[in-house]
Amino acid sequence: MEVTSVTNGIIIDHVPAGTALKVLQFLHIDPAKTKLALIMNASSQRYGTKDIIKIEDETSVDLNVLSLIARQATVDIVKGGKIIDKQQPSLPEHVVNVISCTNPRCVTTTEHGIDQLFHLMHTKRQEYRCDYCDEEAKF
Amino acid sequence: MATLSQKGEPLSDNNNPDLSVEASSARVESASSSIHSAGISGNTSTLRGHSVVTLDDLSPQQIIELLRKAEYIDSHRRQVMHTCDGRILATLFYEPSTRTRLSFETAMLRLGGNVIGFAGAQLSSVSKGESISDTLKTVSNYADVVAIRHPKEGAALVASRAASVPVINAGDGGHMHPTQTLADLATLTSRFGRVNNLTVGLCGDLTFGRTVHSLISTLCRFGNVRFVLISPDELKTPQYVLDRINDTPSCSFVQTRDLVGVIGDLDVLYMTRVQKERFFNEDDYLRLRDTYILDEDKLRHAKPEMAVLHPLPRVNEIAVEVDNDPRAAYFEQVKNGMLMRMALESSVLGDELPGYEAWSGKEVYA
Ligand SMILES: [Zn+2]
Repeated sequence: MEVTSVTNGIIIDHVPAGTALKVLQFLHIDPAKTKLALIMNASSQRYGTKDIIKIEDETSVDLNVLSLIARQATVDIVKGGKIIDKQQPSLPEHVVNVISCTNPRCVTTTEHGIDQLFHLMHTKRQEYRCDYCDEEAKF
Repeated sequence: MATLSQKGEPLSDNNNPDLSVEASSARVESASSSIHSAGISGNTSTLRGHSVVTLDDLSPQQIIELLRKAEYIDSHRRQVMHTCDGRILATLFYEPSTRTRLSFETAMLRLGGNVIGFAGAQLSSVSKGESISDTLKTVSNYADVVAIRHPKEGAALVASRAASVPVINAGDGGHMHPTQTLADLATLTSRFGRVNNLTVGLCGDLTFGRTVHSLISTLCRFGNVRFVLISPDELKTPQYVLDRINDTPSCSFVQTRDLVGVIGDLDVLYMTRVQKERFFNEDDYLRLRDTYILDEDKLRHAKPEMAVLHPLPRVNEIAVEVDNDPRAAYFEQVKNGMLMRMALESSVLGDELPGYEAWSGKEVYA
């Protein structure tokens, strides 16, 4: 499958198959207003299948947010048609206003104007818990 | 905060500061502290200005200091009665819990301070639809310290971040209730002079009982506790609490359904209520409820110095006849709750107890 390459922009590779649209949503990238190419369910030696997102004219993505939903993803920064930097997201210690607490008894369901805060509880299990009620985050 | 043990090894919160044993009869009437501190030393950095949302906000050293203060307060009630003169405690109780509110308020009154606040029914007229943050920003102008009770989990954290004065969590839904656990610890030290080297049985609803989870995880920070978890299969201890014990090398646990079979091994029996709502089947409920009722018949199998604790209020899980047994410690627990709240309120205010000598962290008991 041939897809136009990026001249100046970024390539997010090794996105879990079928989740590219969700990744864009979390990264606040609007597919209607952005010059981008999506390759979904491409074959991957490492993971069987994967999605690839290529975005023209974008210079960076929020690696912390990316790591939450696509932990195995890699980011290539492209300039003048060449990859000038490769980045690997790592799990952030704290996550602010990216995910919302799903515990109906949590104070975040009633208190207005407070941030949704999660902290990394268990690196190996990639477990995040709500700062307020300690409920585990669901992605 | 770096602290060093007697052997010069760094102590982290999880490194089980060893508060080892003094004598066998550990109830001390004198002013000198009966809380053993061998092996733990260090910096009990001041609590002045701090909020206490969960017990993880306190270091083991700070908890020991509060236990020592509570003991001092009990034996020096007249000396401490003006410790908080001119101070005002606000009790913001968004749900009724009369016994907890009375304990917080009595604690401040006995230190010479005053109390304002609202509870339950008055709520609608006090802060109709106002956010917790706004209420705390307002009340911070009136009071020097706040105790908050709220049905939502995490409410106390929201309150502490909005307030400019220290906030003490008096229970946030099913989440945390740190002063209950402090009362439990104070009862262990008043009975045994220590909070470790004990076999602690917890009996009843171990799934939903937050007091039980909080006590287990706090005891794990001090280490050297054998837990005996006594519950019906329907109400077993959640995995994350078992993980907490497993992560503590000096602690261990066994799980059983049989109270009478293990009661003879226990130094402490912490009873909780088995609530009817937790059962699908009425017959199961009745059968299990009666299995765990503690009475003199079951206590015959227990050690003479075992202590029976219960967070109260009880329904029928401890027979009234047990109240006269010297092993019944649950009304002492109520007293200790008030003493610990006195210790905590004065500490977060930075008000020194007259005549009290701060723990140097160097005392070692043989
Ligand atoms: Zn939450």
